Amino acid sequence: MQTAERQGTHQLPQVHEPRNPGMALDMDRVLSQRVNRSAVERRAATLPGRRSVKKAHQAAWLARAISCIDLTTLAGDDTPGRVARLCAKARQPVRADLLDAIGLPDLTVGAVCVYHDMIAPAVKALDGSGIPVAAVSTGFPAGLSPFHLRVAEIGESVSAGASEIDIVISRRHVLTGDWQALYDEMRAFRAACGEAHVKAILATGELGTLTNVARASMVCMMAGADFIKTSTGKEGVNATLPVSLVMMRAIREYYDLTGYRVGYKPAGGISKAKDSLVYLSMVKEELGDRWLRPHLFRFGASSLLGDIERQLEHHVTGAYSAGWRHAMA
Amino acid sequence: MTIKEIFETMDYGTAPESSADALAWIVEQGSRFGHFIDGAMTTPGEGFESRNPATDEVLATLTQATQDDVDAAVTAARSVQPGWAALGGKARARYLYALARLVQKHARLLAVLETLDNGKPIRESRDIDVPLVARHFYHHAGLAQLMDSELPGMEPQGVCGQIIPWNFPLLMLAWKVAPALAAGNTVVLKPAEWTSLTALCFADLCRQAGLPRGVVNIVTGDGAVGEMIVNADVDKVAFTGSTEVGRKIRAATAGRDIAQTLELGGKSPYIVFEDADLDSAVEGLVDAIWFNGGQVCCAGSRLLVQEGVAEEFHARLKRRMDNLRVGDPLDKSVDVGAIVDPEQLARIRSLVDRHAGEGEVHRAACAMPDGCFYPPTLISGLSPASALMQDEIFGPVLVSSTFRTPDEAVQLANNTRYGLAASVWSENLNTALDVAPKLAAGVVWVNGSNMFDAAAPFGGVRESGFGREGGWEGLGAYLKAPSGAAPLVRTAAFVGETAEPQDVDRTAKLYIGGKQARPDGGYARNVYDAEGALIGQAPLSNRKDLRNAVEAARGAKAWSGASAHNRAQVIYYIAENLQARADEIAARIDRLTGGSDGADEVVASVDRLFTYGAWADKFDGRVAQAPVRGLAVALREPCGVIGALCPDAHPLLGLVSAMGPALAMGNRVVLVASEPFPLMAAEFMQVLETSDVPAGVVNLLTGSHAELAPVMAKHLDVDAVWSFSDPELAEVVEREGAGNLKRTWVETTARDWMGPAGEGQLFLEAATEVKTVWVPYGA
Repeated sequence: MQTAERQGTHQLPQVHEPRNPGMALDMDRVLSQRVNRSAVERRAATLPGRRSVKKAHQAAWLARAISCIDLTTLAGDDTPGRVARLCAKARQPVRADLLDAIGLPDLTVGAVCVYHDMIAPAVKALDGSGIPVAAVSTGFPAGLSPFHLRVAEIGESVSAGASEIDIVISRRHVLTGDWQALYDEMRAFRAACGEAHVKAILATGELGTLTNVARASMVCMMAGADFIKTSTGKEGVNATLPVSLVMMRAIREYYDLTGYRVGYKPAGGISKAKDSLVYLSMVKEELGDRWLRPHLFRFGASSLLGDIERQLEHHVTGAYSAGWRHAMA
Repeated sequence: MTIKEIFETMDYGTAPESSADALAWIVEQGSRFGHFIDGAMTTPGEGFESRNPATDEVLATLTQATQDDVDAAVTAARSVQPGWAALGGKARARYLYALARLVQKHARLLAVLETLDNGKPIRESRDIDVPLVARHFYHHAGLAQLMDSELPGMEPQGVCGQIIPWNFPLLMLAWKVAPALAAGNTVVLKPAEWTSLTALCFADLCRQAGLPRGVVNIVTGDGAVGEMIVNADVDKVAFTGSTEVGRKIRAATAGRDIAQTLELGGKSPYIVFEDADLDSAVEGLVDAIWFNGGQVCCAGSRLLVQEGVAEEFHARLKRRMDNLRVGDPLDKSVDVGAIVDPEQLARIRSLVDRHAGEGEVHRAACAMPDGCFYPPTLISGLSPASALMQDEIFGPVLVSSTFRTPDEAVQLANNTRYGLAASVWSENLNTALDVAPKLAAGVVWVNGSNMFDAAAPFGGVRESGFGREGGWEGLGAYLKAPSGAAPLVRTAAFVGETAEPQDVDRTAKLYIGGKQARPDGGYARNVYDAEGALIGQAPLSNRKDLRNAVEAARGAKAWSGASAHNRAQVIYYIAENLQARADEIAARIDRLTGGSDGADEVVASVDRLFTYGAWADKFDGRVAQAPVRGLAVALREPCGVIGALCPDAHPLLGLVSAMGPALAMGNRVVLVASEPFPLMAAEFMQVLETSDVPAGVVNLLTGSHAELAPVMAKHLDVDAVWSFSDPELAEVVEREGAGNLKRTWVETTARDWMGPAGEGQLFLEAATEVKTVWVPYGA
């Protein structure tokens, strides 16, 4: 097996931020996490009406959204050819004439996200682009394979050239309140990642309550997660604004506590350009401008890009666009 | 800025809502407005300019109504009112439905017009004010549809004078007009002079709805026009605005038999317990005090944080404040718009500048535009003694203090003249639901703030006014029970000269704080029977006796916390002990009154006590169907201390009829016994003494109603006054009651105390305040 050189670096968190080393498990802090669901839902429901970006600003924000996309394919029928197409799209996410028109000719997505076996084709296809490859790991999506295999899978993926590892946590540790077990698991995953940066997928749609989401977020950050991520995309409910609000507030609290910035990745179900603007405004409001960069914020999405392309063409030409005018992945 | 630059800065830029259509509408109307009287706009006359506070541009010229204009409006409303009422609820429902639909169809025009005129962010007028307006008309279309069957026999008040404020111009119009129309009233409405445009646009909607002419009349102008309306021939006055003006209205309408709903100022507490979701509580404050720039009567303007988390909470709050966006109200990304008028801005500045030194001031570090804007401000570390903790600022200024325990939180929260709204933040159900009912407020939001709905009653206690708006309770404020046509006449005491020796002399006393007490003044009045023979001496209470009685009543607060079952037991026991002495007391009544129906009166009194014993645990609140996942519960709470001037004619039944509902609902009472037949009090206090009535819950005085009425009405620790004896006292009770804006019930027509009219729903409503507690939930 070839050990790929880590080619893409400019999107990586560790390049821009001191990496979160984690801290001892602070159970008081974990258990003091309290989330009022109704209040969180009210905030989330009214945010789209409180912030609006239009015209040039909207185009710029949509471009920013593209720069933060983990362009993703996680299907059983993925092939090297399919992944190569996706990578080509990652390099050239929007038609060149449109990117020229908005003055961002070098715009790329944040990363490409694949299963382990597709790492090598992806690394090859992205050679020289600076775009990192992220791999889902640890028995994704359920995370119920033998623990030693899950840890080993991380090592394999890093060796194969993935510079970002999206792990899944054991939901049962959250549902049974075994925070120590969750912490230990995350610590082990983080250690296995080595220099690769690790995104902890909480699978929030399976955690039952927002308070569990907040506690799991805090435990994973304490255990050294570089990013916390909502979903695998395979749960019944994936990224939502209320869940995002809770996770962002946990990130903010962790930053206040430690001085380390942890990234955030909503994944699954974000498919409209307009939705991406709401997410960006939530990041801006709750975490600040510093987080509006691919090293601290990613969208896990596959179809979002297509809608953004159409909106950008509309911005440039003034005419509403059509899907077939934009290259498919 | 280029897209590439914005890509780096990630600024919001501007997202202005277009004002073109709204401005075009104004121009189409000629940019000059008259009044809407009898279905048509009058020719514009002498007036004043209406300005956009954000830009200081003149939007239109409005007409200052003259006395003739107001008279014409009232005459129009008066002439069509019987016909409007006669249409029936179902027919009126169709008009209200049409108005709801029209508000929705013209939603954006109304929202932009409101923002131009008032300076509030378009987000609020578009997403909150106008949808609530439509919701209010829909809900009241439904109430109109159902009222004939659900509230049989109730009648509209008649012509309603309605004066509304500038902070929610169209929404307050809806809160006033919808229930009035649903109930069969007609209205003369005056919008605030700073913000009349949406009301004038609404006049246009009334025409489009085909509303019969004269049902809604709108006159514009300043406070002088408001005074004209208050002084006009109206049957009801509904006012939302300052406590100061509310007090004036109260005094100006005293003794005129004018029903009232007053929704006045507030200094609403916002209580954060250590176990709250602190981030959500911070965000809740944005909606509590920076909603509409804090120019909200129920703004959560007084922050009380549990000491242990105060530092952390304030740090998070300041960071949140710095993120607020203040600016062009038409910008869709603006959180805080303009202050409504430079005059209001000056008021805020002066109040804050005078007292800010008493605490630590944090002004939001957000960019501030020039003009009529005020920065979101937090003044922390204040104590209750600071003026800023007591006085309503009515601007984007939050003041804060800390507390240690739930009890202390309640004490601090209630340490205010006002009682409009309150917020309680805690993730502990026990804490939240224990504290909420203890707060002196008409509305309590648990883990939320500023939630409103047409189905959920809204209104205040104490100097925040009285009456409710919204739901069946709000509709009730625009209805009345048909009253007896016969005027109330006084019964004269018998006079005499003869005296017969008695076996043993009896000394009648007052009953205060569970003890029989001699009158402070040391005077008594001879009481004679119909034949002129001396029966005995009745003590004459003076102001100090009344003071002592109120103090005793105030102290007996455990009664209000006693279970309804418990209260019922005591009321039944009074009935039992009264029955045991039935013959003797019946004879006494006959001797006192010179009549022969004493036995009937005792029977009626025992029965009445049974009625209220029955009601004690049955006058339930209700769960309002507000559009939240959670409960909006309209609770029935006791008013507190009720003073009653009991009817002349029935010395026993009068006492029982006033005492029964008050006690059943958990109030403590000061009863002034029948003036011509006061000696029944002496008998009744013996019954009370044997009936386990806790000390201070019932206090009995005898003496001159005319002398005691003003003292009682003026007393700031009396929550309500009922006057059933002397119609001449109506004026003084209503006028003097304005001091603490107590609720008053003055009768000027005769009531059949022996019959069904002597008890029931009306009395229970008078004995209770509606408190709406919002409890959104979610696991």
